[in-house]
Amino acid sequence: MENLSTNTKNTWCPGCGNFGILAATKQAFNELEEKGVKKENIAITGGIGCHAKIIDYLNVNSFYSLHGRPIPPASGIRLANDDLKVVAFSGDGDTYNEGISHLIHAAKRNTDITVVIHENRNFALTTGQFTGTSPEGFEGGSTPEGSIEEPFNPLNLMMASNASFIARGYTGDISQLKELLVQGIEHEGFSYIEVLQPCIIWLDTTGDYKERVYKLEDHDVTDKEAAEKKIKEWDYINDAKIPTGLFYKEDRDVFEKELYRGHKLGDHKKKDKVDQILKVLK
Amino acid sequence: MKNKTDLSILIGGAAGEGSRKAGEIIGKLLEDQGYEIYIYEEYPSLITGGHNFASIRATKEKKSAHRKDLDILLALDKRTVEEHKEDLNEEGLLIYNGDDVEDEEGISLSIETIRKEVGGKEIMKNSAIIAGFAKAVGIELEKVLDLLKEEFGESKENAEIAKRGYEKVEKKFEIEKIDNETKPLITGNSILGLGAVAAGLDEYLAYPMSPSTGVLHYLAQHKKELGITVSQPENELSVINTALGSAYAGARTMIGTSGGGFALMSEAFSLAAQSETPLVLIESQRMSPASGVPTYHAQGDLLFAAYGGHGDIIRIMVSPGDAEQGFELSGLAMNLAWKYQTPAIILTEKDFSDTVFSFDKSKVKEVKPETEKLFEGNDDYNRYTIEEDGTSPLSYPGEEGKVVKATSYEHDEKGIAVEDEESIKKMQDKRLKKLKSLKEEIESLDQAIEIYGKEDAKTAVIVWGITKGAAKEAAEGLDIKVIQLKILQPLPEKQIKKALEGVDTVVTAECNSTGQTAKLLQANNIKVDKKILKYTARPFLPSELKKEFKSLIK
Repeated sequence: MENLSTNTKNTWCPGCGNFGILAATKQAFNELEEKGVKKENIAITGGIGCHAKIIDYLNVNSFYSLHGRPIPPASGIRLANDDLKVVAFSGDGDTYNEGISHLIHAAKRNTDITVVIHENRNFALTTGQFTGTSPEGFEGGSTPEGSIEEPFNPLNLMMASNASFIARGYTGDISQLKELLVQGIEHEGFSYIEVLQPCIIWLDTTGDYKERVYKLEDHDVTDKEAAEKKIKEWDYINDAKIPTGLFYKEDRDVFEKELYRGHKLGDHKKKDKVDQILKVLK
Repeated sequence: MKNKTDLSILIGGAAGEGSRKAGEIIGKLLEDQGYEIYIYEEYPSLITGGHNFASIRATKEKKSAHRKDLDILLALDKRTVEEHKEDLNEEGLLIYNGDDVEDEEGISLSIETIRKEVGGKEIMKNSAIIAGFAKAVGIELEKVLDLLKEEFGESKENAEIAKRGYEKVEKKFEIEKIDNETKPLITGNSILGLGAVAAGLDEYLAYPMSPSTGVLHYLAQHKKELGITVSQPENELSVINTALGSAYAGARTMIGTSGGGFALMSEAFSLAAQSETPLVLIESQRMSPASGVPTYHAQGDLLFAAYGGHGDIIRIMVSPGDAEQGFELSGLAMNLAWKYQTPAIILTEKDFSDTVFSFDKSKVKEVKPETEKLFEGNDDYNRYTIEEDGTSPLSYPGEEGKVVKATSYEHDEKGIAVEDEESIKKMQDKRLKKLKSLKEEIESLDQAIEIYGKEDAKTAVIVWGITKGAAKEAAEGLDIKVIQLKILQPLPEKQIKKALEGVDTVVTAECNSTGQTAKLLQANNIKVDKKILKYTARPFLPSELKKEFKSLIK
């Protein structure tokens, strides 16, 4: 098993849920390698936030982008090279706030990438402010009396956006998370994996999640209605049990394949195109 | 008609009436007679109604500007007569839609009646006025019928409408046939697309925004023949960030927008420079600020394009003044972007983007994809190795043994974020070395500037972009030298200073209200004495500039 680490000093807080995501990702990449996905054919992107430091810790091809923007470059990488498996790492602040449009449209067009949301339910690297999924009453620097906004349910949003793979993992269960990552990356089309992650400094949900998180069982992932029901069980506001695992999976036409319809991928390589231009000019 | 080898023809009508296409057909008829064509178009930001027109300039010698005074006015509606009649020259000819206009001097052609009698689609009435025009200037009916067939396919009704229009008009004069090879007519936007393809374009991405949308439409229409992909992501932020992902993964990528879109993209533009990811960005200016006058002309984004983006960033910026330059500079921008691994802007404007030009490929320097500096080793790849010229060898994901790490953060040679003083300075110095090499290359390029007019004149007018055409024409016969800047960043200081030797008055002519070109020059130690500014959302006319130039040398 390859270590996949860089020599970079890890600066996450000791006990941070991100360590679990890093471990599960390494395991998933190694398992994929055994299944024939070469390491050089993996590329990852990150936004900006605690989550994105994973880019510096993983010794694989990477594009460390801007706040809110890990999804577009991931789509771009996939568009340029058919052989690459692309994973975009993002956080709830990064994508549910700054870059929400990219998440919706990537799901809608079924671009062949995997998006992993490090869901710690606050802006942690900027010292704890509320995000789209922070609980109402979240006390942070910008909301000393508690946030007055209610969170929304991003899985529900993904369902409404026609995402073809919707899953939720939990940093308390690395082997399940590894499994979801492998399945998500193998899925042809847009895969969305939210990972519940306690933020031990600004919003420590460790005990809460331990009590409430459970694994989906006897659930038909092709049944849209059943998936919607399970997705709505916990709405980020109520005190319901929190289901994890794969909620929904569908085979749908992949954007990149559709985009290339009518001309070969080989045309995409660099060559002298003057003859083609003259043909167009007549 | 005073001069039959320099014609100015205007065809106008309500938006949706097809005056734009009709203008192109007239252009093609005259191109076929050996003329050089320049079609300036105006259209308001709406889909039907309003007032659209195409102003066709057909000349023996190539001119890159339109004239406001008209030799022939073709009016599809009453408003066209009202708005442009006073621009008709003394011996000018008016052909108007007799179904919409009454009691005018000129030729009445009841194009709607003809169309109704014959049948066919409503838009076919334009064929009657096109054919009427052809008759008036002595072009054979067969030429008109052949062209209509080529453009719109076989249609008995369309041919019959054209015939009737042709019969109803008298021949006024015989247009002089010029012995010139026929050239394709093409818009500025389209030529920018083709120049990029010649330099190896793989992907074009854009979010629609006037006046750059034509590039998107043209490349989408021809993507299969050209072997490229064209896509329209959800917004400008996605356009540029997706493009950067593709460029990082090895695709030659170009994007297009206007000033407002570039504003949205400017954070990622800075990322392109910081991560040393090459990219070509077309910024076609419209009248700003904010939404401004969306479908009209200006050169008011010069300083924004030259400096936009946070931090000390390196960019290349070119600006074409005609179709041949558009093809060449689009290719140059792409090759330089990949050579120096930094973003390149093609700064253009409405009057270049939408204008239809005769394109003479034989006058264009060869454009081909120049291979970028690639990593030769097998492993231990570092994306940002420090090299003498500042340019680190590129590698793309997918190659065994190599890990390619590109980043937005300040970084070490491997591409890992750093915060210590020494590493931060080291990487910025590396990029400054790249800037130095780039500047040296720009200052060795003959094509960085062009000089027109009187070589030993004491007064020099500095222009860029489409203003070149009007300025060059205005300087004819005057004691004026015109200097066109084709590369705007890094500024070719050396060539400009050489061109200014012996000049005592330096003037800029530009379409903005604050003299941005003068500011850019002055920031590079080139003193400007006077500015000629126009900011009515219309390009300079040669006649306007002639007047200004004359007052300069009085």
